[in-house]
Formats: sequence, C-alpha cells, structure tokens
Amino acid sequence: MKTLHEPTAEQIRDQKIYAQWGLTDEEYRMISEDIIKRLPNYTETGLFSVMWSEHCSYKNSKPVLRKFPTKGPQVLQGPGEGAGIVDIGDGQAVVFKAESHNHPSAVEPYEGAATGVGGIIRDIFSMGARPIAMLDSLRFGELDNERTKYLLEEVVAGIGGYGNCIGIPTVGGEIAFDPVYRGNPLVNAMCVGLIDHEDIQKGQAKGIGNTIMYVGAKTGRDGIHGATFASEEFSDEEEAERSAVQVGDPFMEKLLMEACLELIQDHSDILVGIQDMGAAGLVSSSSEMASKAGSGLILNLDDVPQREAGMTPYEMMLSESQERMLICVTKGSEDRVKELFSRYELDAVTIGEVTGDGQYRLYHEGRLVADLPVDALAEEAPVYHKPYTEPERIQAFKKLDAYKPDIKDTEETLKQLIQQPTVASKKSIFETYDSMVRTNTVVGPGSDAAVLRIRGTRKALAMTTDCNARYLYLDPEKGGQMAVAEAARNIVASGGEPLAITDCLNYGNPDKPEVFWELWTSADGIAKACTTLNTPVISGNVSLYNETNGEAIYPTPMIGMVGLVKDLDHVTTSEFKQAGDKIFVIGETEADFNGSELQKMQLGRIEGELFDFDIDKEKMIQDKVLQAIREGLIQSAHDCSEGGLAVALMESAFGNELGLSATLDMPSEWLFSESPSRFVLSVRPEHTEAVKEVFGQDAVEIGEVKDTRIAEILTQTEELTIDVKEVKDLWEGAIPWLLKSKA
Amino acid sequence: MRFAVIQFPGSNCDVDLLHAIRDGVGEEAEYVPHTAESLDGFDGVLLPGGFSYGDYLRSGAISRFSNVMSEVTRFAEEGKPVFGTCNGFQILVEAGLLPGALQRNENLHFICKTVELEVVNNRTKFTSEYDKQELLTIPVAHGEGNYYCDEETLSELKANDQIVFTYASDNPNGSVENIAGIINKQGNVLGMMPHPERAVEDLLGSSDGLRFFESMVKNFIKETAEV
Repeated sequence: MKTLHEPTAEQIRDQKIYAQWGLTDEEYRMISEDIIKRLPNYTETGLFSVMWSEHCSYKNSKPVLRKFPTKGPQVLQGPGEGAGIVDIGDGQAVVFKAESHNHPSAVEPYEGAATGVGGIIRDIFSMGARPIAMLDSLRFGELDNERTKYLLEEVVAGIGGYGNCIGIPTVGGEIAFDPVYRGNPLVNAMCVGLIDHEDIQKGQAKGIGNTIMYVGAKTGRDGIHGATFASEEFSDEEEAERSAVQVGDPFMEKLLMEACLELIQDHSDILVGIQDMGAAGLVSSSSEMASKAGSGLILNLDDVPQREAGMTPYEMMLSESQERMLICVTKGSEDRVKELFSRYELDAVTIGEVTGDGQYRLYHEGRLVADLPVDALAEEAPVYHKPYTEPERIQAFKKLDAYKPDIKDTEETLKQLIQQPTVASKKSIFETYDSMVRTNTVVGPGSDAAVLRIRGTRKALAMTTDCNARYLYLDPEKGGQMAVAEAARNIVASGGEPLAITDCLNYGNPDKPEVFWELWTSADGIAKACTTLNTPVISGNVSLYNETNGEAIYPTPMIGMVGLVKDLDHVTTSEFKQAGDKIFVIGETEADFNGSELQKMQLGRIEGELFDFDIDKEKMIQDKVLQAIREGLIQSAHDCSEGGLAVALMESAFGNELGLSATLDMPSEWLFSESPSRFVLSVRPEHTEAVKEVFGQDAVEIGEVKDTRIAEILTQTEELTIDVKEVKDLWEGAIPWLLKSKA
Repeated sequence: MRFAVIQFPGSNCDVDLLHAIRDGVGEEAEYVPHTAESLDGFDGVLLPGGFSYGDYLRSGAISRFSNVMSEVTRFAEEGKPVFGTCNGFQILVEAGLLPGALQRNENLHFICKTVELEVVNNRTKFTSEYDKQELLTIPVAHGEGNYYCDEETLSELKANDQIVFTYASDNPNGSVENIAGIINKQGNVLGMMPHPERAVEDLLGSSDGLRFFESMVKNFIKETAEV
C-alpha cells in the first residue's frame, strides 16, 4: 500500500524531488535522457541518488585519487575491492583498510562509532581474511564543553562495545583535539586482517544462472540514505536527523564473520563472490558485484529478509541495516550454504540470480520496479573536476614572521604542554579496549606503533595511524608528505619496514574551491611521500562535507600504515630499558614552531609558514634507524613529534619510570620545536660506536638513562631538573581530569 | 591430558585457550560446540572468555541453558576439572556451579590491562605449581567482573579456603575482598576473571599463567596414576 504514496516519475521531475536526494539537474538529465531514455521512477531515482553520491561514486575525488601510487611488487590487490592486500611472503598476505564514520558519529556517537567498526571489519573478512586488529583515529573539539566530552565518551564506548564483543583486539590509533572538530568530530576506523593467498576473494557476481544469496541480519528501515547523508554538510538543525544512523549488533557480526570465513576457507568450490552490504546497502553491493563481473542481475525483493512489515523497494534497497553480506554461489549449492549458516544460527536466503545482459532488474510483488543498466549505477557516475583556488590564509601565513615562543619557565611550560589532551596519555581511553584478545599482541596501545606477531612464524606486523592536520592547515602539500612520513617513522621505530598505506581523506565541502585546493594539493604531498617511502596506497575512503555552519575542519588525511617486522628480535618499543644506556637524538633540531603544539597552547591558534621538510632525508634517516634496529643496536626508539624533544624524552622515560641526564647544544625553547625527521634512541654503551658508524653526523649522543626518576637536562641557557614521576602523573591524569571537570 | 574448549556463540577467547594448551603446555585440546551432547573422552573442560550470546540479558545468563552445560555439570559432579575464565567464570556462576555473582565493574567501564594477582590458595589442582602468596602478572579484560556474594557465602568461601586468587595491589573492578578467582567446595571447578591463557609467553608480556595449566596437567597425571 505504501508504494501508492510514492511520487510518480513526472512528479519527481516537476517537483525536482531528485534534488532533495542530492542529484543535480544535470545528473537527472543524464539519467533520463542519455542513460535510460525515459523518466526514472521513484525506486530508480533513489538507486541513482545513492550510487552517484560522493560516498559511493567518488565523483568529486576520483581525479584526486588518481594521483596516488597504487602499485608495487608487494601489492596483491589495490583500491577497488573491499580492502587492499599486500604480500608478506610465505604465501601469506595482510589485508587492510580504513573507513570514516564521521557524520553518523556526530549525530549518534555510540552507534556511529560502533557501526564504523563493524563496517570496516566486514570489509576485511569479505576479502577472505581473518581480522586480527583494529585501530582508530579520532578527532574532537576541545574538552571544554559537555557536548564534546559526551561525544568522546560515547565514541570510545561504541568502539570498545563493538570491538571487545566481536573479539578483535583494538591495538592502536591516535586522538587529537582542535576546536575545528567541535561540531564535526572524526571517527576513522582501520582494520587489519591476515590471509593465505589462496583464500583471496573478490566481490563479484559472475556466471549466468548462479545464485545471489543474502546472509546475516534482516533488513530494516535504519540508515536509509546514509551514504547521501555522509555527503552533506551539517547545520545545527540537523542534529535531529537520527533516522539515518544505523544500529550495530557485534554478536550478530561475530557469528556472520565465523560463518563467512568457514564458507571461504572450506567451500571455495561453490563460492563465486562475496561482498559486504555497507554504504547504500543492497543496491551498492549487488550492483558493484555485477558490474565488476560484467554481468546483469535479477533480485526478487519479496525474498529479502525484512525486520519490518510493508517495506518498499526503495527502503529495502537503500537500507543500511548492519551485519549483512551478499554472496554469489554456484547454482545448485544453495542448500550447502544454508546448512553452513544454520549452524551459526543465521539465515541464508536466495534473493536473485546472475544474468548475462548487463541489466539490473528488481522485482517486488510481481512487478518489475527497476530496470537499469548496471554499469550506469555502479561505474558511470559523472566525474567532476572541481575548480580550486589557494585559500587566502596561505599567502597571509607566508608573510608572518616565524613564531617565537614566549617561555619564562621551561619546566612549567613542559608540564602544561604534556597535559594538552593531544599530547597527554590516552591510557584511560585505550584501557577500555580489549587490546590482547587472540593473544598475538606483542606491543599494544601507547607505543609508536602496535605490533602483532604472526603465529607460527618469526614475523610480525607493525601498524599505526597518523596525521598532524595542523601542518596540513598551514601547508597541505608538505603536511600531506609529513603525515605519511610520521606513520612510516612510527613503523620503523617499532622495527618494521613500511609496506603500504590506507587513508581516510577527511575534508570540508569540496564545492568550495579553497577546500578542494586543500584536497588537491595534499594528495600531491601524500603521493610524493608514498612514492619515496615505497608505500603504495592500497585502499581508503573519502569523507567530504565535514563542516559545521560553513566552517570546515582542518584538512585531515588520516594515514593508516602497516609494516613488516621480519624477525621478532627486531620488535622495538619507545620506553628506555635500563640505566646506563646512552641516549641519541637522530635528525636536526631547529627553531620550528609554526603549527606546533606549543604555538597552539600559547597563541590559542596556529599560523605562519610551515617549516621545511625533506622527504628524501626522512627516507635516509628511517632506513638507517631500521638498519640499526635490525643489527640489534637499539634498546628503544621513539618518534619525535608533537611537543618536540621535551615530550619525546619524557615519554621515553615514563614507561619504566627511569631518569636521564642529557646535554643539548640548543636554547631551552628548542626542546619544544617540532622539527621533522627525528628519533630518540637509547643504546647499550657497548653499541654506541656502531650506532655512530651507522648514522654518522645524523646522530648526536646527548646523555644517558638514569635509575633516578629525575630528568636532568642541560641546555645552552639553563639546567633543568625534572621529576619524571610527577610529570608522568600529570600526563596520565590530564584527560581523566578534563573529562571530570565541569565546563 | 585432553581438554575440551567449549565454544558458545560469541565466545572469543576460545582460540587463546586452545593455543595455551597445545603450544603452552603441549597437551591436547579440541573445540566442542555448545550443542554437544557429550564430553566423553575429555579429561578437563575449559570455558572461554568472550561475549557469549552478546552478553545480552546478562553475562552468561543465556549460555547456561546451552545443551552442553548439562554435560559440563555432570562432568563437574564426577569430580573432573572444569575451569572458566572471564565469560566462562560468569557462565559457571550463572549455572550455579560456583557461588556469587558478577556485576558490572565499579567504574562502569570495560577494563583491559595487566594486573598483579596473589595466589591465596595453592593447594588446588589448578594452582599447585605456584607458591602461596606468590604474585602473578596476568591480564584482565572485562566489563562485568565485579565479584559479589552475601556475607554468609563470603564466610563460607573463607572457611573452606575457596578464594584462590585476589587482586594484589589494584582492584580493577571493585570485587568483594579483592576476589579475582574462586573454587567450589569439592575443589574441581575454578572460575576467575583474569586470563591465565593470555600469559603463557614472555613475548606477549608474561608467562605466569603457564603454571596454572601445568598444575592441571600434573595433578591429572598424578590422579590417573593413583587409580
């Protein structure tokens, strides 16, 4: 009965109903005049509107994504499938991808974050891989208001609630705070999986007559138009827009994951293709599976398991109900699939079949309700080359003098800086995540990168997420390079060789030429760094329209990187190990304060021209650090980033609550400089000569580790005596204190 | 010794127990589904951690009705060793094989970290390889591990030496008397919130959990030899 209320094709045209769903006049004209040569009905218009949304079609970002290097001898699967795959030898491969769930999390933070985790996990196991780890990259406004505290607590609870229950360890990630994220927090989840080459799957529906089956949870009205929702800006009124947020059930997903992995590993003879029903649900998964294989498809919507009565074809096709997968199996094998899934107490239902004519046909209550060329839906969305212009701030920043910090009391400045939430310990947060389940976690949250061993081998995987968006705000090109470089630095500091990256490109409204310029130029930077560091982009996602009331977030391309640790003996952590070890600083320190944590703390904003960065020098230094680690010369290695040397030295001391004495040939304020391409290493006394040989003039021996819990630092200007335990307590206490204090 | 690792829908530490037995102590372990009708051929039963049935309703409240649980109860009544960690402990309590209840953590948050445990009773078939009052480094990972029992039960637990492990320095969940693990009166059913199976390799931070499983194996061998 409900279909009676749907507007007619003529009404959709005359009242421009398509525009409410995000289609432009020109796109509507293309559909009706060039592609189907008639007016699309209500269901068909809905299908096009989600499939041609930015979230599904990348219509605005495709020209940007083409800049990225995506190939390499190690790449088994680049962008285009559920997730990318990289060879790690011995017939094994690592599968990973990151995805944003920013908009849902802004509206309903618990479910938004939870379903973000659930979605990315499905992407990994749909490739045939066993998910082994989760990482999360989060951005929030300042913790000075109840709304932001609520968002943080609920997002963290959602991540833990889903990941802990499904039994995949959450091993790393990062969290940063800046006012630009207040109305539009970022929730980016990355999942890493392990696979044997022979199990690699594709999301394809091929072989005329083969069967399309639906497995997992039933379809409800939740999340309808979620993909379009993610492609719009927020205004204050839209916090009421709750219908578009999905609800997750990690228990259901656990069963679904185990059932799908059994299907993949033990029934490869009947399985043709498998794909997650993610953004734009059934329409996206089914049309992509058919389009990739050059097939057509018939779906009988009456057979789709439904949670609610009276759902229309439009609702069923666009629903983003969670924990559902679409599989294509050989004709006649349906009962085997049903038997397998029934053992997990799950339904597997035949809903359609593969055809050979390239048409996408949907039947409902005996009527043909959609009849479209499948490629038009999945592949032929228009691609836009957006105009871009450099924002005025960039030139204005170049005219400013380099920021000179105002430091009266170095120790006090350090104590304040270490309590800035971006720098402060995230322990109170990551302790709510199960980081150890499946017993492979060699290095958990809190070090530079997480490290998981690969059972039965001497190998391990290092993984991290990074992005300092402040640098990108000052200079997207250089900042983009630095985001990749920092990720690689974290992998190398942990003993790994960087393999490849995934990304979540979080930006504002690309219709604004200034925002598109940020996206365009930062992609150049990312591409350059990926080429130099030999880390191709194997997967990723784009999240645009991250604005509130017209104000864009900082350009925030989160980089997720995975590296291979060739031998467990190479696993290295950031904390000093024992008194007497010598401390080295690798790389040059200069007066680099523009965009720094210190500038933000002192000025309340960041500005100026971003300091120099040389990706070739970065690569050279990283290679040497990895070489030294592999030669067994390094006791601890820590990337030097936000807060500079002062923070890096203190963090190195915190782990085992050791002290240090160091002499630094620089003025005290340089302790907080954020010059790039630096590491803090500790080395056994007998290895100092060998280390000097590896690094030459790039290494400076600054002092040694003490068992005093006191950091004695002598600069050109003063002698500092810092109580390590006192500063550690401030560092660990800062975020719990901010969350408890009343705004 | 041949162990059954019970798999409930939503168990997720099953793989950790399997590896702890096979790779850690070098004994046999097999998965047994929740639908199983028999535990014949097994010498010990392990109930894993996780979120059986999604922890819906209450942790362990649905799993206790699983087919296999009547077999586990019979197995326990025969005096054979049954061990539950985390969700496994919650299931044993729900099934009435151990007294008390497990409430949400005092701070209402899930907590995952490594804690210090004290061995209060080393005269059990699960702890004989430890010294009394020995301190162990073992991870916890739970949201509902706050052990509670009434005064009467508590005095009984104490009188019968049924408190096997306590949190030594820092109680992560607010449990009564810092209780981390208890045993039944007969001494063959032990439940604890911490995860000894996550502490069987130095590579992962601690191998203090290894002797827990070694105790089970040694006592089984001893008992079998006596028969």
